[in-house]
Amino acid sequence: MHMADALLSPAVGGAFIAASSATLAFSAYRLGRQPDERRVPLMGVLGAFVFAAQMINFTIPGTGSSGHLGGGMLLAILLGPYAAFLVIASVLVVQSLFFLDGGILALGTNLFNLGVWPCFLGLLIYRAIVGRHVEGWRMWLGACVAVVVSLELGAAGVVIQTMLSGRTDLPFGRFLALMLGIHFPIALVEGIATAAVVQYVRAIRPGVVENGLGLSGSPPMGKRTLAPVVISFLAVAVLTGGVLAWFASEHPDGLEWAIARVRGSEQSEAESPVPALERLQQKTALMPDYDFPRRGEDQSASAGAADEPAATLPVNVGTSAAGLLGAALTLALTALLAVATYGFRPRARRAP
Amino acid sequence: MTALSAHTLDRLGYGDTVIHRLDPRAKTLATLVFVLTVVSFPKYVVAPLIPLALFPLTLMILGEIPPAAILKRTAAVSPFAVLVGMFNPVFDTQPMAQIAGLTITGGWISFASILVRFLLTVSAALALVATTSFPRICQGLDAMKVPRAFIVQMLFLYRYLFVLVEEGTRLKRARDLRRFGRRRGMRLRVAASLIGVLFLRTYERAERVYLAMCARGFDGRLRLPQRLRFRAADALFVVGTAAACGLLRFLPLVEWLGRWAGGWTPGTA
Repeated sequence: MHMADALLSPAVGGAFIAASSATLAFSAYRLGRQPDERRVPLMGVLGAFVFAAQMINFTIPGTGSSGHLGGGMLLAILLGPYAAFLVIASVLVVQSLFFLDGGILALGTNLFNLGVWPCFLGLLIYRAIVGRHVEGWRMWLGACVAVVVSLELGAAGVVIQTMLSGRTDLPFGRFLALMLGIHFPIALVEGIATAAVVQYVRAIRPGVVENGLGLSGSPPMGKRTLAPVVISFLAVAVLTGGVLAWFASEHPDGLEWAIARVRGSEQSEAESPVPALERLQQKTALMPDYDFPRRGEDQSASAGAADEPAATLPVNVGTSAAGLLGAALTLALTALLAVATYGFRPRARRAP
Repeated sequence: MTALSAHTLDRLGYGDTVIHRLDPRAKTLATLVFVLTVVSFPKYVVAPLIPLALFPLTLMILGEIPPAAILKRTAAVSPFAVLVGMFNPVFDTQPMAQIAGLTITGGWISFASILVRFLLTVSAALALVATTSFPRICQGLDAMKVPRAFIVQMLFLYRYLFVLVEEGTRLKRARDLRRFGRRRGMRLRVAASLIGVLFLRTYERAERVYLAMCARGFDGRLRLPQRLRFRAADALFVVGTAAACGLLRFLPLVEWLGRWAGGWTPGTA
């Protein structure tokens, strides 16, 4: 469930990059306050461990398919919130570059969806349920509940980010239900697998799990210090993401319509607090025929008609054809250029 | 995901071409500008996105990246974006354009747009990593003041990535050889024990690595080489990419080309 660049708008991507970078900097700062030299190689090697653990697949109980461990919650339980967040961030960077999961702009959203929830909220839940006794049913329950909550929040994050970016026409409710439904069994299996690994490690090497891998920098965190941080930057992220994306979205989709209705004003678009942005957007709509009907002419009417599928567009055959012809020509030119350059490239000068 | 092709991709990053020699900061910045440009286009835009393919293509051609490697990688990606985009034609049935008597709905146009965006952003990320080795990317990020703890983390992860993936693959192979094709051997309990073993081996490896580092004088701080130089060519590359992206973003070049060509073709325009 990696978010992809193709589904993001610049505003949403940027807002989440900001939120995730802030969390990353904060985590690095907190780790730096309790330096422990042994942690440096351990964290690095555990990042690689996530990839290795994903090679070991297993059958998902009750179905015929096979899956693998995600590993986020396991890292959080073993390393504590800040170190785990850094490790997950490094894993996501490598995944986006070498395995093409997500993308460069989507790193912020992915780190938020897959890192913040398990490392901060999930771990709080796990520790609240498990307490000091890392064994028996409480550990299994704690791991399962923590993983289910953080994965479902991550899945909801994907839905919200996609809707805010305005790239999909899926109705919000159905999209959300679909994603939450798909991720529930996945999360349950992940929770069971996480608990099973923790239990195994405890059985073989007692003390490793309880003592936070024997590191000084990962004491059980107090709820006092963390909750305000999580809540405040969540609020900031949601606010910036919501507000920016609203103005950046070029198409009055369901969400925008819902916001307009909540505000009780049909003219929410015309009275945008950021008129310059709006104007820029109208100017930059390269193919006005591809755009929503006449948003420049009569704002209030267009906003009013936004909820019902507007009447047929003034289809301009000439423009459509010109656009298509231009696209085809560009494609041909680009391909020709590529083939020609590959053909004439000196072959002897190969990189070692 | 396959580690083997990631390995090929990794080897490509150590080439020595015009593009490989560019400063990693320049390439990272240019890629980010490019992705932002692609993503900033409105929802129902397809044609003006296509010329943007010139950016990854230029990088790959000048970086001497074999096209087969790139094509295979792109095809193997699990496209979450495509899955989500597939629903657009179902829910958005407004007619948007008419070509040769065929009415095309908005959903199909926005779906096509998502597909093109997907290909462009994925190939740009591929072009970046195929022309810049991962340590160089980290070095660039370090020079861009990303927290040192995170840089060190990424470098360590990268150093042990292929080592541990190899170890995980060995464990998996050993299990598969002993289960004689029976499903029981694939149970979660077995896999959890294997992952536990893998974790303990990793933990012990970290201890060995730490001791080895201590033996070589590690004092808690990692010294990274600082020999990056941002030359005129790098600046030119960034400015050139930004200018090209800006032109393609704000000028209807494709439409002009189409109109110009349409003037020569009877029946259109």
